[in-house]
Amino acid sequence: MSAPNKQDVHIRLSRRSVLEGLGLVAAGLGLEVVLPSRADASPMPMPTSLPEIPANGLRANVFVHVAPDGRVTIVCHRSEMGQGVRSSLPVLIADELGADMAHVKVVQGDGDAAYGDQNTDGSSSVRKIFDDLRYAGATARTMLVAVAAKRWKVSPAECEARDHAVFHKGTQRVLKFGELATDAAKLKVPEKQAVTLRPRSELKHLGKELPLLDGPDIVRGHATFGADISLPFMVTAVIARPPVAGGKVARYDATKTLAVPGVLKVVELPAATKPFLFQPLGGLAVVAEHTWAAMRGRAALDVTWEGGDNATYDSEAYREQLLEVIGKPGKVVRNVGDAEAALAKAAKRVQATYNTPHLAHAPMEPPAAVARVEHGTCEVWATTQNPQAARSEVAKALGMDPSKVMIHVTLLGGGFGRKSKPDYVVEAALLSKAVGKPVRVQWTREDDVRHDYYHSTSAQRLEAGLDASGKVVAWHQRIAFPPIGSTFSDATFAGDGEMGQGILDLPLAIPDIRMENCEARAHTRIGWLRSVANIYHAFAVQSFIDELAHAKGTDPRDTLLEVLGPSRIVTPKDLGVAKVPNYGQSLDEHPVDTTRLRRVIERVTGLARWDERKQQGRALGLAAHRSFLTYVAVVVSVVKDANEHIRVDEAWIVADAGTIVNMERVRAQMEGAVVFGLSLGLYGQITMKDGATVESNFRDYRLARIAETPRKIHVDIIPSDGRPGGIGEPGVPPVAPALANAVFALTGTRVRELPLVKTVKV
Amino acid sequence: MSIRLRVNGTQHDLDVDPEMPLLWALRDLLTLTGTKYGCGQALCGACVVHIDGAAVRSCVTPVRRAEGRDVMTIEGLSPDGSHPLQKAWVELAVPQCGFCQAGQIMTAAALLAKKPKPTDAEIDQSLAGNLCRCGTYTRIRSAVKKAAGLPNE
Repeated sequence: MSAPNKQDVHIRLSRRSVLEGLGLVAAGLGLEVVLPSRADASPMPMPTSLPEIPANGLRANVFVHVAPDGRVTIVCHRSEMGQGVRSSLPVLIADELGADMAHVKVVQGDGDAAYGDQNTDGSSSVRKIFDDLRYAGATARTMLVAVAAKRWKVSPAECEARDHAVFHKGTQRVLKFGELATDAAKLKVPEKQAVTLRPRSELKHLGKELPLLDGPDIVRGHATFGADISLPFMVTAVIARPPVAGGKVARYDATKTLAVPGVLKVVELPAATKPFLFQPLGGLAVVAEHTWAAMRGRAALDVTWEGGDNATYDSEAYREQLLEVIGKPGKVVRNVGDAEAALAKAAKRVQATYNTPHLAHAPMEPPAAVARVEHGTCEVWATTQNPQAARSEVAKALGMDPSKVMIHVTLLGGGFGRKSKPDYVVEAALLSKAVGKPVRVQWTREDDVRHDYYHSTSAQRLEAGLDASGKVVAWHQRIAFPPIGSTFSDATFAGDGEMGQGILDLPLAIPDIRMENCEARAHTRIGWLRSVANIYHAFAVQSFIDELAHAKGTDPRDTLLEVLGPSRIVTPKDLGVAKVPNYGQSLDEHPVDTTRLRRVIERVTGLARWDERKQQGRALGLAAHRSFLTYVAVVVSVVKDANEHIRVDEAWIVADAGTIVNMERVRAQMEGAVVFGLSLGLYGQITMKDGATVESNFRDYRLARIAETPRKIHVDIIPSDGRPGGIGEPGVPPVAPALANAVFALTGTRVRELPLVKTVKV
Repeated sequence: MSIRLRVNGTQHDLDVDPEMPLLWALRDLLTLTGTKYGCGQALCGACVVHIDGAAVRSCVTPVRRAEGRDVMTIEGLSPDGSHPLQKAWVELAVPQCGFCQAGQIMTAAALLAKKPKPTDAEIDQSLAGNLCRCGTYTRIRSAVKKAAGLPNE
């Protein structure tokens, strides 16, 4: 992906320019203006909501275009943030079409509802639209085949599309896609019922190790991220935001700031009000000729803040509050039998409490956006997971119709959920309007760590009853964490979505179960972070099952398998819930299947030689979790180094994610998930005092470094032709509990609070 | 004040505050955006470039320190992506989001220039200052070894 550069001095927001960018304008149409100048300049795809569609070539739908010269253009409408979506979705479309990837150009889709949902989160890009994207390719194929069949006066059934051409099976006559495109464009686009998907065996790239589309650009420094956009006359803004979410500027003096060479202006932004939604936090923007001047100007600001409602928030005190909350009954969200009675008559009771802190996303690329407001339009380039929300939020903030707002999506230097929230995009738009020039908003690392939509902090109390034989006969769990809903309303109870991430859908072969959702009010902006509530749910549940094993004196793997129960499909009735949210997908297609969970556990413990661990003197920990419709089990090995510090030595991760599109990127995601899980398990912690975040940069918000990464991460993917599950997130939840369980195996110290660094030497 | 420096073989005279970090001079004044801002405090390594062949953190290096010297950024490491590290990085599909990788590659390039056959410990030590939030570290290690012609276990 490349970006407009200084050569694109007079880009106009014309249909022509966007068509040019898509490569959809053929010569000879008699339109003037040729833009942009760089042959590979791409990020100006046509907003598909525009009614005008180029007359030449086949555009069967918003995703795929076949030009008369044979070039196929495929739009990737989801954001690339490292999960490999640009190296996966377009190949799936091309496979259905029968296109040769050597002649396919992938372009990044703008934010536009015509693509359907573009919010790149929830590990949804394959699992939710696998069939839709196949139909996009298959529809174009059906039209090309129809033209070839008509020319040859044969039935379409006698034709096949492959290698960028249509072949007549009987006579081996061939027509290239390009030769068919113009006539195919004259056909009526067939209804879905008239389009047949290929049998899986004909999807020749499906499940293979596919090339990394942007790899060559990345290693040469040519890939374009949010802050890399440069427009003529652009200025840069760095913003001093209220340290407390919901706070505001009390008074300020910008004299020293305005004296900094290169500083142009100080602009006060409106304060945010509750609920925070995707509003910018307000504050003072220092607009300057370049980033360094803006940073120096901000440092020179004399500003006094008013704290607002959240100014007394103290995360350590809040931790104690949550512990009190889970000491009392909450709303029962899951009930089977009578857990209270079963506990009362249990031979043995085991009880434990688990805590997890707030976390920051800290993508390597801090938030950044460029906006140009002019002539009643706003054009934006941004590192965003959610370009449609960016579009609607910008439109709302500027009082503009959304059709006047264009959002171009750059590569994302990491997202992890942070970049689903377009507050920083709105900042750029407001500032461009205020100064009448294109504005780049650059968040510093301190801004990123201090003004995040934080992963929630949690407390959970678990209690189990064992009968005389040691069988687990009762399970009681209370859960409290400020919900994501608090960012969008005055919610103080977690919603089904968050409870559906490892609580409502947790298979347990236990006759009496009660789970309670306890009230927790938020005092900062809460957001979703890679794998979301699964992080604390899996940490509590998978740690507790390991504790039960030790209480019972049985092997942790055997105990886990026993508690999860035999191979079966678990229904909402079995679970004792009205409904399983199931990540927005049907239980018919994606049931809660313990066969699959058991299989990943058995597989991972086999690979890690679990049964030989004692003879080998190894300290291993195990955890398994279903999330985003994918089943993952992890084994972590820990050792003590010469300084008695605990180090993670090796890790194994096994996933059953159903059908895989790009095996290579799936493996990469699982490797990365292990490191992400280790970062939050070992070090991750955001603390808040007087309503403000204490940590500020990687010095105190610590992430795993290369030497803290296992020397080997073994990834194994279960072969499957089942419905695809999520990939980006499901690897994360089992990592921290597997780590904590390994630490217990090594040291006998039970870690019930994340990060581990609070309890043990790491 | 004018600062004269060579970047990727091209001489530039920059009219710039000599205290401006080299990072921002490269990114904002020369539009060489391959070098990334990640922390501004020499904590993450996304901004690593070479000055006279040595890896430096450009986010904390005043541009005056590069005066009269040779600066190399990721864009100048090879004309066509053919540096052994760049090739190994592509072959092993190291990048995920890609944001930190220029800094990782530039750090590794300075290591290999000094130590063509580094040990595992030397690789870890050399790259200890380079964060990757996507967690590509195991592949980074493998790619450095591959570029160095070392067996990967």
